[in-house]
Amino acid sequence: MAYEGKDKVLEDVTAKAYEFGFTTDIESDKAPPGLSEEIIRFISEKKNEPEWLLKWRLDAFEVWKKMEEPEWPHLSYTKPDYQGISYYSAPKQKKELASLDEVDPELLRTMEKLGISIEEQKRLSGVAVDFVMDSVSVATSFKAKLGELGIVFCSLSEAVQEHPDLVKKYLGSIVPTKDNYFAALNSAVFTDGSFCYIPKGVRCPMELSTYFRINESGTGQFERTLLIADKGSYVSYLEGCTAPQRDENQLHAAVVELIALDEAEIKYSTVQNWYPGDAEGKGGVYNFVTKRGICHERSKISWTQVETGSAVTWKYPSCILKGDHSIGEFYSVAVTNNAQQADTGTKMIHLGRNTRSTIISKGISSGRSQNSYRGLVQIMPSAENARNFSQCDSLLMTDTSGAHTFPYIEVKNPSAKVEHEATTSKIGEDQIFYCLQRGIDAEQAISLIVNGYAKDVLNQLPMEFAVEARKLLAVSLEGSVG
Amino acid sequence: MLKINQLKASVEDTPILKGLDLHIGPGEVHAIMGPNGSGKSTLASVLAGREEYEISGGTVDFDGQDLLDMDATERARSGLFLAFQYPVEIPGVSNINFMRAALNGKREHAGLDPIAGKDFLNLVKEKSSLVELDGKLRDRSVNEGFSGGEKKRNEIFQMAMLEPKLAVLDETDSGLDIDALRIVANGVNSMRSPDRSFLVITHYQRLLDYIVPDFVHVLVDGKIVRTGGKELALELEERGYDWIKEGVVS
Repeated sequence: MAYEGKDKVLEDVTAKAYEFGFTTDIESDKAPPGLSEEIIRFISEKKNEPEWLLKWRLDAFEVWKKMEEPEWPHLSYTKPDYQGISYYSAPKQKKELASLDEVDPELLRTMEKLGISIEEQKRLSGVAVDFVMDSVSVATSFKAKLGELGIVFCSLSEAVQEHPDLVKKYLGSIVPTKDNYFAALNSAVFTDGSFCYIPKGVRCPMELSTYFRINESGTGQFERTLLIADKGSYVSYLEGCTAPQRDENQLHAAVVELIALDEAEIKYSTVQNWYPGDAEGKGGVYNFVTKRGICHERSKISWTQVETGSAVTWKYPSCILKGDHSIGEFYSVAVTNNAQQADTGTKMIHLGRNTRSTIISKGISSGRSQNSYRGLVQIMPSAENARNFSQCDSLLMTDTSGAHTFPYIEVKNPSAKVEHEATTSKIGEDQIFYCLQRGIDAEQAISLIVNGYAKDVLNQLPMEFAVEARKLLAVSLEGSVG
Repeated sequence: MLKINQLKASVEDTPILKGLDLHIGPGEVHAIMGPNGSGKSTLASVLAGREEYEISGGTVDFDGQDLLDMDATERARSGLFLAFQYPVEIPGVSNINFMRAALNGKREHAGLDPIAGKDFLNLVKEKSSLVELDGKLRDRSVNEGFSGGEKKRNEIFQMAMLEPKLAVLDETDSGLDIDALRIVANGVNSMRSPDRSFLVITHYQRLLDYIVPDFVHVLVDGKIVRTGGKELALELEERGYDWIKEGVVS
């Protein structure tokens, strides 16, 4: 019988190799491997940092040395050799390719499938671009416009030089150096990242993305992002891109801190598509990220993430709802395939009165992958009339994949209302057959069903990002590319 | 249009169809009736290409092609439509997007470009009025939160959109009140044409008052044991199936 259906497609999906294997040789100013006080001094000096920042890094290093790598996540991986990593590498000018003809055709095909424009394809794959290229002029006028409004958007290194007071006040204020093993490591050795400040009452007129940051130097494996929305301001920030990203660094330990002052709103959207490794998970990126935001009075932070890459993902974008009437939201789609492992979720810490939080998590597991949701909803005694709604759904694509849910709920104020819903379902054969009978092929059927399942989250993404993310989900679960 | 010869099919080693013969000419409407467990729905599933059924013998010719050699998607794209007895819900996928994917699949098969947005919307408008399906239902997720009647009307709407050569209606009347039944039947009747055939599977004669068949077949224990005109359905309604079953045994 020729109805090959789900099993065939899923087999293909499982067996599918990552075709996006494209790396650019980067000549770099590299520090010798190993982590020591000397290396940290070297990094700080290279970046011409003030004394207080060097001291902060060194303190973090002392803390880190006393900490143990966490064992509690539902993950199994070989722990990185922290003395085998080089902690500083300043990328020089990337080797540019003359035209798209020199780029791996598979990579181009993938980008085309994702609907990425030719210019953008060139930029992403390191092809020399014409100076008058759209994005450059867009970026320039974009910078000018932001400048008029008093918005600061630059690399963190630049901010350390130009806006030291803001950096000093807020760096490590939400994710302290001693917060966790990876955050401590990041604090000691972070190389660069983004800095953003939105002044009082300003509504940022466009989505901010790292794409527009003029400083194009690689963010490196220890990225640090600091975003401050002053009173009554609004910003939507996009991190990552749907295009596949390969990196020579196996370990990524980023820290993101968000500060929403009174009545401010931050919408932070991420698409993460790091190299997941081969079918055995070998060579894939380990992504250990600490993301946290604080909400002051009547402010709101909304995290939306689409996670499809990395061999190992450890990530819990969280909100501290400190101010009264503040709101935290977390919307997540995490796809794991082959041997990928993800342990992701959120923490909502309710401190203020009438604080509200919403958690929508959609896990999709295929191949032999393991996908865990881990979340904490904590209602502190001060949080009168706090509300939380959590919905954690898991969709299994194969019999060999796993979905796990670890919801922790701590309620210390009797006026709280906390709702938790969780479902686990296997992709329905009846649903697939229904699609097939209407003339929709098996791959497209799976794509439709999966996108439908993740719709509540995808709808939270900014429009253009959402279109790309939908395609990314389809490509991530596609059986026979090319 | 459809020539089934000595079709044998089983599920998990249990034989269900045991040598079924059925010929449907272009433009004809055939009804299949029969007691529970006689193999009616199995026949529909086997024709549509459901994987769980094992074909152990026989041939099926669909418009000159070997149907059993095609996968479910190919069968659909070649013009075979099954109106499901229990239409499936697909959360988060709008009925409209679903139909567009289906229609474009069919067009691709025929070597045509995807349908233009405006033409598609006009087509949706035209076809949904046929079964009195209002805009809200078209924009909602596929069958999600639809009543039983709405689901069945949606099946007929999809059939109208895809304009099949052969439509198999699997107990489309089950769970319908009289108004919904009339709407569904009107939809089907408006689609009758000299080059489109129907295979109507039903339990009750009632549906055949509205969709008047050219032939009525009685399926018992995996075989067609009696064939007649529309009056056979009335006789069955009056006398039940036992007299036929007894006839088969003796």
